[in-house]
Parts: sequence; structure tokens; C-alpha cells
Amino acid sequence: MTLRLCVILAMVASAMAETVSFPQQGDKLNPKELAAVEAIRAHIVAQEKGTPRAPSEGYKVTIPNTTVGYGMAPIPAGEFVMGASGPGAKPDEGPPHTVKLDPFWMQTHEVTWDAYLMFMFADQAGERDRPLALVDALSRPTAPHLEMSFGRGNNGFPAISMTQHAANKFAQWLSARTGEYYRLPTEAEWEYACRAGAPNGVGPGGQDDHAWHAGNSTTAAFADGTYHPIGTKKPNAWGLYDMLGNVMEWTLDQYAPYTAERKENPWVRATDPYPHAVRGGSWNDEAARVTCTARVASEASWKRQDPQLPKSIWYMTDAQWLGFRLVRPATLPSAEDMYRAWNSGVEEDPY
Amino acid sequence: MATTPKSSANTMERRDFIKKTGTAAGVIAAGFPGIISGQTVTNALKVGLVGCGGRGSGAAAQALNADPNTELTAVADIDEAIVERAATRLRGSERFGARVKIDHAFFGIDAYDKVINSGVDVLLLAAPPGFRPQHLTAAVNANKHVFAEKPCATDSPGVREVMAALKLAQAKNLALVSGFCWRYNNMVQEAIAQVHNGAIGRLVSHYSTYYTNPVKPMPPESERPAGMGDIEWQIRNWYNFTWLSGDSLVEQAVHNADKIMWIMKDQPPISVVAVGGRAVPANGGNIYDHFEANYLFPNGYRVFLANRQMTGTYNATHDYVMGTEGTLLLGSGRPRIETPDGQVKWQFEGEEYDMYQREHDVLFGSIRSGKPKNDDMNLATSTLLALMGRDAAYSGQQLTWEQSLNSEVSLLPQPLELNARHEAPGLPIPGRTKV
Repeated sequence: MTLRLCVILAMVASAMAETVSFPQQGDKLNPKELAAVEAIRAHIVAQEKGTPRAPSEGYKVTIPNTTVGYGMAPIPAGEFVMGASGPGAKPDEGPPHTVKLDPFWMQTHEVTWDAYLMFMFADQAGERDRPLALVDALSRPTAPHLEMSFGRGNNGFPAISMTQHAANKFAQWLSARTGEYYRLPTEAEWEYACRAGAPNGVGPGGQDDHAWHAGNSTTAAFADGTYHPIGTKKPNAWGLYDMLGNVMEWTLDQYAPYTAERKENPWVRATDPYPHAVRGGSWNDEAARVTCTARVASEASWKRQDPQLPKSIWYMTDAQWLGFRLVRPATLPSAEDMYRAWNSGVEEDPY
Repeated sequence: MATTPKSSANTMERRDFIKKTGTAAGVIAAGFPGIISGQTVTNALKVGLVGCGGRGSGAAAQALNADPNTELTAVADIDEAIVERAATRLRGSERFGARVKIDHAFFGIDAYDKVINSGVDVLLLAAPPGFRPQHLTAAVNANKHVFAEKPCATDSPGVREVMAALKLAQAKNLALVSGFCWRYNNMVQEAIAQVHNGAIGRLVSHYSTYYTNPVKPMPPESERPAGMGDIEWQIRNWYNFTWLSGDSLVEQAVHNADKIMWIMKDQPPISVVAVGGRAVPANGGNIYDHFEANYLFPNGYRVFLANRQMTGTYNATHDYVMGTEGTLLLGSGRPRIETPDGQVKWQFEGEEYDMYQREHDVLFGSIRSGKPKNDDMNLATSTLLALMGRDAAYSGQQLTWEQSLNSEVSLLPQPLELNARHEAPGLPIPGRTKV
């Protein structure tokens, strides 16, 4: 009860906080894409007027005209010390620095194949029978030559092997389908949510209560370990499952060295295809690297099995431990901000 | 001096451009002999690309990465826009863009021949598989080293033509590397070496899956531009037509057919029985969306090759090679061998390398050293293994290797011209379709 009150107060206070800054604000926007974004934004605004949502409450969403849903957990505004130093911390986790964040909701679970396959294939989303103008205007993944779950399982399992661009476009697609604004979390938002008010996001039962990692994820079919159905370990204090382990999660940020100064709603806008910051560790990582502060830098080698030129902007053929989840900011940003979150502009690989 | 296809073509009609460039290329070709085998080669190697889609462009990039003294000098596809897109992309590379010196860009069905005769040393053949026999034969006849993508044909006459070309390439000591990329993957090389060294005992059976999503689904007829001929429309959607792709079992699951043959040291099966069909509407194409082919090899060794291309279904690409003393598993993380009681007896350790790049490193390295690599006969035999499975499903008959090898059924339309009329045959009906 007390926590809930704090959350509400924090959310009110945060309305004063600065919005995300754009180092590349002068970049040209594609008019056609901007029009698509504005149409989705108008849809969201209309939807929010009809069903206002208290930013302190969690809720469930079912993607309209499907049986697939997901939960959203409220993440309070607040301030925390991001990063780590000392024993066990890698050099890139420092220097620790203070970060202040606005409130948002976060998906309680990693995005599943059940949802992601509907984005990959319009027929799976019922959009062939029931075309939607908002969705028709969006770009969708090309059909992959490889089988992208690599036999690790679809129903109820986290989606893997997608690029950061694909995760961004999924967020746009889901926003159009549901009338709620989604995007990838920034690296700071991700770490803040992972910690959930505790130093490491882990309860008294220890890491194994919460995380699938290399030490506990083998199965009869996968002697080397594999991902597991979402939500089969305990959630953290804010109701988020699998933040640690199972699959790593994309963030919105370019991977870059930390700096010591205090920051508000930091977003390290990408100017290069690699590296982006990936968080949380996976079934393929040693337990010591499955922490709220461990950072992974994406690499071009994650597309090694793609023999084409250009390499696909949709699939990471060699990242069978890489997924994502989305956030919904409590305050709807401008169309331009939404555009920037859904279009990194650096989705093509160097060659 | 490199000239772009666009600027060269700007002031002339497409047809005139082809003619004019063709004539110029003919003059250059008269100066052949090009690369002589048996001695090391130090001069720049000129590379020609036939088929400028994503895979062809990728092969060109790998060729240019494989050797610092290669140049891409000639390209071919059916359409100027496709060539232009690939050329622009390749030129844009920081690593090798300066070595993209396309003096000759050719468009149309016969463009491959003009590339072959434009003074290149090495051909990259990446057009749809139905064209491969013709392209490969022409390249070898003109004494060119070749990288040929898989599969190599879509019918038995095509496979026989490729077999003849492979033998001729060996006789001429020309390098020929196939796009059966797993043979160039160290992980699978080590795994299959384990099987050959007896790690799983005597072979009993092999269950091999290629359950994926659809690869290049057929667009509706309404998207066909006005006036586009049947052949051109089919080539642009080549995956969906048996005469061009060979169908899903032959175009995609052929990678598993190749592993099956590799394990068998490329010795053919006795016979095959198969089922297949199409559950999702073909939208004007004529390929199946699922197959299961059951092969009988000597000594009672049974191999089951299954593929499916549908959305929303269970997906996996696995190999379970079962022997009297263990099972090799490919496709579930690192390759490993388990004993009958579930103990891991062997597992791949180490770094997997980029098999696509490796193919070209081997090809160009072998040309440079004067010892051209040309033992990829599996280009033909592995293609035929998949093809006999397909034809057994199409016909509903049991087929022997010899029956399949000697079939006279040709799928290629005549005349093979972009504007020609060609109504693709409907889906094969087992019990009625002849193969």
C-alpha cells in the first residue's frame, strides 16, 4: 500500500521532468513514414480519450481479434544509481551515475513467438481477412529462409533472432494494432526496471529463483541449454519476469561508455548499426553475467549465417539467445519522438 | 575505367545497349586464354556475376573479400534495374567497392553468355536453379573457373548436363566450388568425420527435417505489371515454379539432402518412396508446401527427409543420424553425439567459421595456388537425391536412383524468352503425374 502511494506521488512529480533529448534532431524525416506515425498517434490519442489508464496500475492487453495477450506492469518515476563498480563489475559498467526517469509501463514478460509470428506473417494476425489501413502502411519482416526458432519451440516461448530494427518495427506494429504507444526501453529504463528498487533485482531466494542461465537451462533436447517458456521463474519486485536470463533483451540505445554526470531520461541515439546495448544475459551466459548491470554490445557476427547482400535488416541468424520486451511511456510523446524510436536509421549492416 | 550500367545505357535503348556491349565483349574474349592452371597465379582475377539478387550479390561480396586482387568486371540479370541495384550496393562497400569495376552489364535471358565471353576468369552462377545447367555448361566450355550455387538443376536432364560439365571441368583442371555450404562448415565437417570414424557404430537410420516458413510466397496476379510476359513474371517469382526452383524439397531441403549424401560418402540410395502436397493455396505457383521422402540405402539403411513451408506450424531444421552405438544430433545447438543411454560422447568445441566466406576463400586460394579445387561432384548427386524424392511424391511411385537419373522429363519451357507465353502446369497429382 505504501509502495503504491509512493509510486503515484512519484508519477505526479515526474510530469515536470525533461523529455528525451535528440542529439540528431536535424535529421530528415521520411514524409511517408512520418505520415504513418502521425496516423498511429492519432489512433492512440483517440483510444486514450476513451479509456484513460491510471499510470500506477498494471493491466492486461489482448491484441484485438487475436487470442494473444501480455501483461503491463507500472514502473514508477524515480532516481537510481546506474551501473556498477568494484569486484564482479566489468569496466563498461562504470562509472556509476545517477539517472532520473519518468514513469512508464513495461511488458511483464519477454515478447513471445505467439505475438512475434503475427508480426512476421499477416495471415497469422488475421490481417488478410480483416485488413487494417494503419497496419498496411507499415514495413514487415521479409520471409526468412532459415527457421528462426531453430527448433527451440514457439508456443509460449520468447521470440529470438530478430534485429533491433525488427524489434522497433514490432513496437510500431503493436502500437497500431492496440492503440497504445510502445517502444524498446532505453538502457537506463531497462536497468531501473530490472533492479526494481533492489540493488540486483534478486529476492532472498537468489538468482536461480529468477533466471535461466547457462548453469540451469539444459533440457533433454538441448544439452547445451536453451530458452524456456516465459514466466516459469519468479518475477522481480515490480512483477517483471525473466529480466535476468532466458533471452537477452534489446534496448533502444547505442552501446557507449558511461559518463559520470547525472542524467535525466537518457537515450543514447544510435548513429551506427553496431553496437547497440543488449541487457539481462541469457540461457547461454554464465550466471555471473546474468545481472542487472551487465552490458552486451551487439556485433555484426550475429548475422554470420546470412549469405545475402544486403544482409537482412530483420534477422540475427546467429543470436539464438536474443529477444526483447517493450515499454509504454506514461506520457504520450510527440509524433517525431515516436518516429525516432521506431526508425533508428542505421538498420543496414556495413559491408 | 569502371562505367556504371546506368550511365552507359542512358543514351540508348536497352536492346541496343545489349547488342553494342555484346560486340565489344566479343572482341575482348578473342584475347582468351586467361588463367592457366598448374602454376601459381598472381595477376588480378576478373569475376563475372550471373544473377544479381541477394544471394548473387552476397557471393560477389564474398569473392571480393576472399582475395585482395579480385575485380568484379561483368554482371548479368534479366533486368537493368536489378543489375543497377546490385552494382550500386557493391560499389558502396568500404572494403572492396574500389574493385567493383563493372565494364559490362548485360540484361536478358542470354546475358549470361555475354558475361562469360567478356574476358572474366571466374564465374559466379547465382541465377534461379533452372538455368544452372545451361550456365554451368557454357562457363566450363569457355574454360572459366566457377562458383555454382545449389541446387544445380530442376529436372533429371539438367542433372545429367551438370554431371557432364563437372567431369569436363575436372578434365580441364578448372576450379569448381558448389554452394553446398555445409561442406565448408568446420562444425559439421567435424561431426560427420566422427560418423565416418565409427563414433556411432553401424548406421541404422537418419531423420532429417527442414520445417520452415514459406520462403518467397507468390504475390497475387493483380500485382503483375501490365504487359509483363509469362516467363518474366515466373522468373521474378521463381521460387514458386518447379521449372525454376525445383520446388521446396530441391531448393531448400537440398541442404539436408547434401548432408545425407555426405554421410553416405556420396554413394547413392537404391530407391525412394515419398508423399507430398499443398495445403495452403498456391496463388498461381505450382510448388508443394510439404514433402516426406523415405530413402532406402544399401544394407537396409533408411533415411527420412521431411520438409514443410507453412506459417504457424512447428518449425525446426534437424538431423538425427542414428547408429548402433549412438546418435549424431545436428541443429540443436552445437553438434553432438549421444550414446543410447543419453550420455554426451562427443560435442563440437571451438569457433564456427563463416561457411559462405570459406567457400570463396577455398575457391580463390585454389586458383592462386595453381591447384584448382574441383571435387564438388555432390553438386549433381545431392541435387538428384532431393529431386528423386520430389518426383516420387509428384508421381506417387517408388523410384530407383537409376530411374530418376535417366528420366527424360524436361521442365524447361520452350522457347525460353521473357515475353513468351507459358502457362505453368498445375500442381502435380500423385498417381497421374509422370516423372
